[in-house]
Amino acid sequence: MITAEQKPLEEIIAYIEPYDRIFLVGCNECVTVCAAGGRKEVGLLASALRLNSMKQGKTIEIKEITLERQCDPEYVEELASDINRTDAVLSMACGCGVQTLAGRYKEMPIFPAVNTLFMGASESQGIWAERCRGCGDCLLGITGGICPVARCSKSLFNGPCGGTCSGKCEISPEVDCAWCLIWERLKALGMEKRYEELMEAKDWRPSGGGGPRKIVRKDLVL
Amino acid sequence: MKNFEPEIVAFCCHYCAYTAADMAGSKRLSYPPNVKIIRVPCTGKVDALHMMRAFEKGADGVYVAGCLEGDCHFKNGNTRAGQRVAYVQKILEDLGIEPQRLEMIMMSAGMGERFARTAFEFTEKIRELGPCPVKPIKK
Repeated sequence: MITAEQKPLEEIIAYIEPYDRIFLVGCNECVTVCAAGGRKEVGLLASALRLNSMKQGKTIEIKEITLERQCDPEYVEELASDINRTDAVLSMACGCGVQTLAGRYKEMPIFPAVNTLFMGASESQGIWAERCRGCGDCLLGITGGICPVARCSKSLFNGPCGGTCSGKCEISPEVDCAWCLIWERLKALGMEKRYEELMEAKDWRPSGGGGPRKIVRKDLVL
Repeated sequence: MKNFEPEIVAFCCHYCAYTAADMAGSKRLSYPPNVKIIRVPCTGKVDALHMMRAFEKGADGVYVAGCLEGDCHFKNGNTRAGQRVAYVQKILEDLGIEPQRLEMIMMSAGMGERFARTAFEFTEKIRELGPCPVKPIKK
């Protein structure tokens, strides 16, 4: 999933300061799962913003809505009937959602309420860790299901660097060395030979090096 | 300010603090009428939003009263409530509202005296802090 974290309240308050009627829009997908911008977080942020305006003796009108998916035009359309009764939109979705709103409602100021972080997986309740960089040419089949692009601090392709120590990365004792994990996994699978095979320099064009990426599925296009 | 009577909301667990309040009543122990009790099946049921809404509706102080550590009827609801209280305290602080206006308190069902004393002490603490800087705007 795409993970995100709420922005500092101070920053959000500064964005909406000039406006009296705010549309606070959450998303039911990734940001709900990582507890950054789902229905509950929309409620909490709305409450905090109301408290802030009451503290300043102002009244602010906050309309709360959580869309099924904010990165899909058909769901974003649900705002069309009410958007004219608001001064600004505060989006709690990832950057994709914010931009979908901004693309559809061109006259409306749209502000992000979260910082989009990474593509990650849940390690346990309340903990999410980066697992994928979307490099466009997946190597997991060669590396025992552990990604050296996302999980090695240097994104190395042919074994660990000199900074590896007892299975941990030199940047922090809490960060596993991806290449240690890969080696252990290949060993467990009896695929040690894979480790010996040198990987060539990676073509980073599918990773975004060739400009903004796009998928066009002609069989699906209407 | 002299006549300030704080409005206090206490989310009380059915299995401990609420029963302790009952116990205080049976023992004829008085506690300030400022404290308005909301009975919950477990403090783990008290969401961050409930605490925020209490302030939005005009509470000057809020406390969540759950079981003693390790005694939660539902295993760890009280610990989770404590974590949520800390989370909301941070939000209050970011908004410039004293985080001391919100507290997690633990007690057992037999602690009638502690319930009455806590209610008294918390009310006095909020009285000293003064009215919450956030008050619903009267229309």
